[in-house]
Amino acid sequence: MRGEANRYPQEAARLLREAPQVRESVTGATLSFDGKRRQAYAEVEAEAWRRWAEGVKNHALVNLDRYLLQAEENLRKNGVEVHWAEDAEEARRILAGLARKAGVRRVVKAKTMVAEELGINPMLEGMGIEVLETDLGEYIIQLLSQPPSHIVGPAIHLNLEQIRALFHERFQTPEDAPPEHLAAVARRLLRDGFLKADMGISGGNFVVAETGTLALMENEGNIRLSTSLPRLHVALVGIEKVLPRWSDLAVFLSLTARAATGQRLGTFVSLIQGPRREEEPEGPEEVHVIFVDNGRSSLLADPEAWETLRCVRCAACLNACPVYRQTGGHPYGYVYSGPIGSVLSPGLLGLGETKPLPYASSLCGACFQACPVRIPIPKLLLTWRHRAVEEGLVPRAEAAAVKGYAWAATRPWAYRLASRLLRLLPERALESPALPLIRAWTEGRAGLRPSPRSFQEMWEAGEV
Amino acid sequence: MRVALFITCLADQFFAEAGVAAVRLLRHLGCTVSFPKGQTCCGQPAYNAGYWAEARQMAGYTLKVLEESEYVVLPSGSCTTMLRAFYPELFREQARLFAKAEALAQRTFELAEFIVKVLGITQLGRGLEGKRVAYHHGCHALRELGVRQEPLTLLRNAGAEIADWPAAEECCGFGGLFSVKLPEVSLSMADQKLKTLPAVDFLTSADGGCMLHLAGRAQNRGLALPVRPLASVLWEAVG
Repeated sequence: MRGEANRYPQEAARLLREAPQVRESVTGATLSFDGKRRQAYAEVEAEAWRRWAEGVKNHALVNLDRYLLQAEENLRKNGVEVHWAEDAEEARRILAGLARKAGVRRVVKAKTMVAEELGINPMLEGMGIEVLETDLGEYIIQLLSQPPSHIVGPAIHLNLEQIRALFHERFQTPEDAPPEHLAAVARRLLRDGFLKADMGISGGNFVVAETGTLALMENEGNIRLSTSLPRLHVALVGIEKVLPRWSDLAVFLSLTARAATGQRLGTFVSLIQGPRREEEPEGPEEVHVIFVDNGRSSLLADPEAWETLRCVRCAACLNACPVYRQTGGHPYGYVYSGPIGSVLSPGLLGLGETKPLPYASSLCGACFQACPVRIPIPKLLLTWRHRAVEEGLVPRAEAAAVKGYAWAATRPWAYRLASRLLRLLPERALESPALPLIRAWTEGRAGLRPSPRSFQEMWEAGEV
Repeated sequence: MRVALFITCLADQFFAEAGVAAVRLLRHLGCTVSFPKGQTCCGQPAYNAGYWAEARQMAGYTLKVLEESEYVVLPSGSCTTMLRAFYPELFREQARLFAKAEALAQRTFELAEFIVKVLGITQLGRGLEGKRVAYHHGCHALRELGVRQEPLTLLRNAGAEIADWPAAEECCGFGGLFSVKLPEVSLSMADQKLKTLPAVDFLTSADGGCMLHLAGRAQNRGLALPVRPLASVLWEAVG
């Protein structure tokens, strides 16, 4: 997937103007998720869990080479075939090769963000393979040919009315069908898809190096079916998803569920230890894990931004973010949106393609408090802004203004002069739309009025 | 106790009366208040916009201005955060300035926080009897410094009723440069925040930027919402 993040400011403004219902849908859903997350954190020693999880992830990342090789070895022992993809193109090539070799005609997909990142669906469809998204939200946006708007709830931007209208048009459901009825219709269609598919594609929440286990969590059961019914199962897994020990997994499964949806555990947890064995009645004939780099190892080598890779894709930061809440994920222009997207996308795609994203934040810090692995998102946003300045990716007028401001602010006489000039301006000068920055302020807000005299002036006049 | 007031550029220019109230309040509480000469801006706008070299210039300058002070008190949550949390960050690789920044961080407080934590005073008077007040928590003071109860305690103990506002701790959408870089999103955040605001006599906050933004938005939309700086309200609390 190509990023279109450079259009964030225009797209966010356009969406707020043209589709105000998105804000209502996203606000309702994220506030609910965030409230449940807080409750679920309050049930445990969340601070201790978060610090522990941060430590485990840091250890895994610092020793990633070792744990990846261990994971590969143990996955192979379990009968899983392991592949390595350096970039999206290589991942697609490996997957296409597997599909071709096995004569795959139909694919069911469990919800996976990395597949979006790699552009899997267009590639498979280009090969004439039928692709069915089996997560209900993903299925809905597939029907609409839209990208996901949220990492966990891809159709979060849609309201019930829109989904009703879509199902009415596609499946002739009644115009006022209750949600349960819509879900039942989707379930019937998806069941058929599971039974006919030759290949199931999933992501992976965690891979345990010690045991060669692929762990997947979900609520709908579609991942369980996608990974067990078709004769082939291919898991696309970012290299940062490896956990060292089996005993790490229990806490990560619960912590991630708490962070994502406020659950103590996902409704379904699948721990996959290889293909069907001889004594087993069901399961895929082949299981493949494709470890995907696609920019991750260079992000790992980045001394200021590597902590981004602790991310477990729970979307707690999206749910906590008042900026994300206004628009949902689409304006961010890439598969990962919200606070984590604003630091992960520059890390994976480079700052040139994602310039506005580090600025898509008021730096309120709610994301950091929600993050189960304590990624210092506000600090990382500032780091990317700093790089934008260093690399000359900022508007020249802005750079000149800041330099001038710093110059005046380190010379008391200049500051004083500016303070006096501010008061000599005609009465309504700070309401005038002539200057772009003033205009950006006054379009929507009443104008600025300085105090009649500055505090300094009053102090010096002995009036305080 | 000797207290240096760091007025902050925003309060100096737009909330001068809050500075006056802060000085009177601190004197009333037994402090000797000084106003170190030559103070300007703490550098937060430059820091948040990624201009760290310029932010360092301003921070270094402010460190010098405040060198002699025993305590430094600011009528602003986010500028307090700049001095306390981000100055040390800026000078992490310059040992001498880092030590100075750390020392300054130890003695720097937001006004309400200073009154409660350092002076140990939670009762100013009963001057806010019968007032229904909305408190807007600035994000920096709330999440970076953990200042949550101090202003509320002072307001409540002075007789004010703090209105139950579901979005009290949610960002108002100001965010400094954010408010003009992404004005549509910023305004939308203000609207969402104001949407759940119950009927109150006035809204108060320790953060000037947030107040200009929220008051400006409310006025623009024709909402009657008086917005008053916390320092002025606390001086009124004395009665």
